[in-house]
Amino acid sequence: MDTKAHADETINHITPYRIYVLVWVTLMVLTVISVGVSYFHFGIFNIVVALAVASVKASLVALYFMHLKYEDKITWVFALYPLGLLALLIGLSISDVFFRAVVSP
Amino acid sequence: MANHTIAETITIPYLEEKGLLSWLTSTDHKRISIMYLLSISTFFVLAGISALLLRFELLMPGKTIVDAHTYNVLFTFHGAVMVFLFIVPGLAASFGNFLIPLMIGARDVAFPRLNLMSYWIYLLGALIILISLSKPADTGWTFYTPYSIRTGTDVILLTFGIFVLGFSSILTGLNFIVTIHKLRAPGMTWHRLPLFIWASYATAILQVLATPVIAISLLLLIAERVFGIGFFDPAKGGDPILFQHFFWFYSHPAVYIMIIPAMGVISEVIPVFSRKPIFGYKAIAYSSLAIALISFFVWAHHMFVSGMSEVAATIFSFLTFLVAIPTAIKVFNWTATLYKGSIDLKSPMLYALSFIFLFTIGGLTGVFLGALAADVHLHDTYFVVAHMHYVMIGGTIMGFFAALHFWYPKMTGKMFNEKVAKIAWAFVFIGFNVTFFPQFILGTQGMPRRYADYPPQFHSLNELSSIGSWILGIGMFVMAINLLRGLFNGEKAPQNPFNSLSLEWQVPSPPPHENFEEIPHVTDWTYGYGKKSA
Repeated sequence: MDTKAHADETINHITPYRIYVLVWVTLMVLTVISVGVSYFHFGIFNIVVALAVASVKASLVALYFMHLKYEDKITWVFALYPLGLLALLIGLSISDVFFRAVVSP
Repeated sequence: MANHTIAETITIPYLEEKGLLSWLTSTDHKRISIMYLLSISTFFVLAGISALLLRFELLMPGKTIVDAHTYNVLFTFHGAVMVFLFIVPGLAASFGNFLIPLMIGARDVAFPRLNLMSYWIYLLGALIILISLSKPADTGWTFYTPYSIRTGTDVILLTFGIFVLGFSSILTGLNFIVTIHKLRAPGMTWHRLPLFIWASYATAILQVLATPVIAISLLLLIAERVFGIGFFDPAKGGDPILFQHFFWFYSHPAVYIMIIPAMGVISEVIPVFSRKPIFGYKAIAYSSLAIALISFFVWAHHMFVSGMSEVAATIFSFLTFLVAIPTAIKVFNWTATLYKGSIDLKSPMLYALSFIFLFTIGGLTGVFLGALAADVHLHDTYFVVAHMHYVMIGGTIMGFFAALHFWYPKMTGKMFNEKVAKIAWAFVFIGFNVTFFPQFILGTQGMPRRYADYPPQFHSLNELSSIGSWILGIGMFVMAINLLRGLFNGEKAPQNPFNSLSLEWQVPSPPPHENFEEIPHVTDWTYGYGKKSA
C-alpha cells in the first residue's frame, strides 16, 4: 500500500448537517410523490414510475447516508456489482419465461 | 491470554492455552480455523456414514437395509450436510482462516470478533439442521418445488438452518476481502500474493455476492409453505421453475465456492514438491477471478429438461462452455509447473496430483453435461452423480486432503507418519475410482439417480461401486487415525519441513499467537524455487 493511499484513508469526510437535512427532505418529497402517483393510472407506466422513484430514493440513501459518494473506487465496484448481478438474474430468466413453448392444457 | 504480558503473547504458541472456553471465545484466526476444521470434519464423517449406508442399500436390487423413504431421507441428509456444513464452509473457513493472515504477513483477519461470530452463526445453523432431523426432510439437497412445498417432512427447519449458515458464509467472505485488501504486509503487492490468497479472494467475492440469493430463495420457499403465497404454484400464478432459477443462481456459483479454494491449495503444493516456480502465475491468479465472474452466467445448465424455454437452454449451454477456459488454464499451468521439476511424491503431492487427474475427468464430463443434446439423455442419471463426485471428491476433497497433509505440521506442530499417509492415499484413490467410475457407465446405460432400487441388469456395476465405497471408507479411516496419532505420538515438526518459501512457513510450528514477532517486509514473490538455496 503506498503512502498516498494511506494518507487518503485517514482523512474522513465530514458531511455537513445541511446536506443530511436536504436529502431527508428530498426523500420525504419523493415519498409524497410515490403515494400521489398511485392515484393516477398510467397503465404500464405505473410500475415504471414507482420503480424510478424508488431507485432515486435508494441512490440518495446509498450516496449520502451510506457515504458512497465519498468512498474510493473499489467500494463503488463492490456497491455496483450486485446491481449488475440482479440485471443478469432478471435478464437471463427472461430468456426462459418469455420464450417458453405454449402448452395447451 | 490473561496470564501473559503483551510481549509474551507474541511468542507463545497459539495452541498453548487449554480449556474449551478459551477456544470458544478466542478471536485468534488460527483457533477459529481449528474449530471450523473440527466441526466440518465431524459433519464430513456423519454425511460420509450416510453415504456408506446409501451405497450399502444399492449393493443389491430390492430392499437391502432401508426402505424407500429412509433412502430419500439419507440422500437428503448426505447432500445437505456435505454441501452446506462441510464443503461450502470447508477449505475457505478452515484453511482460509488459518492461512490468509499468515500468508499475507498480518497478525489476524481484519475483523477478529466478526470472525468468531461467523463461527458461532455456523454452529447455530448446524444446530438448527440437526434439530430438523426429528422429522428429516426427503426432498434432496436442492429442495425443488413443488415437492418441497407438499412433503410432510421438516423442510422449513432444514432450509432455515441453511439460511442461517449463509450469514456465516457472507461474513467470512467479507472479512477475507477486507483482510486481503487492507492487511497485506509492506511489499506484499497483489502480484506477489500466494495463489491460495487469490483463490480465497475469488471465493470470498462469490460468498458475499451469491449467498444472499439462496437466502432469498429459501425464505420464499418457507413463506410459500407457511402462508401458501404461491410464488412457485402455477394455480396461484406462480412458477415452479422460478425456484430452480433462484436456487441455481446461488448454487452454481457455490460449486466454485467449493472448488476454487482447493485450486488455490494445489497451486501452493505443486511448486513446493516440484521445486520449480509456479508456471503462469498471473494466468492462474486471474483465472480464479474469471471463474468467479463466469460462474454467475451458467446456472440454468442444471435445468435443461425442467421445462425451461429452448432459447434459454441454448444460451446457457453456450455460456457453460466458457467455464472450461479458465479451468483449463489452471490445469495446463499446473502441468507445466511439473514439467522437468524435481518431483517429490510426498503425501500432499500425491493428493495434489490426484486432484489434477480426477478433476480433469470431472471437468471434462461436465462438458458432456453442458452440451444440450447430450444432457437431455444424461440428465438425472448416475452420469451426473459420477461427474459431480469427480469434481467434489476428486477435486475439492483431494485438495482438502492435500491441504490437511501439507499444513498439518504448521497447524499442529507435529508430524504424521508419512508411510501410513501414503497407504491411506492409495486406498482413497483406488476406492474413489472404483466407487464412482462405474457410475459413469451406469448413467450412460440409463440408470436414474435418487432411486432406492434398480433393475437387475445394473447389479454388477452397483456392486462394484458399493465395494469401492468400502475401500474409500477404509482409506479415510486410516488417514484419520494417522493424523490423530500424529497429534499425540508424532515427532515435533520443524519450522519448515517441506522447504516452502511462503510466509506461513517462516514462523514457528505451531505459530505464535500474534503470528509474527515483527511484520515482515516482502521483497519477492513466494515461488522462487530452484534458484539460490531454495
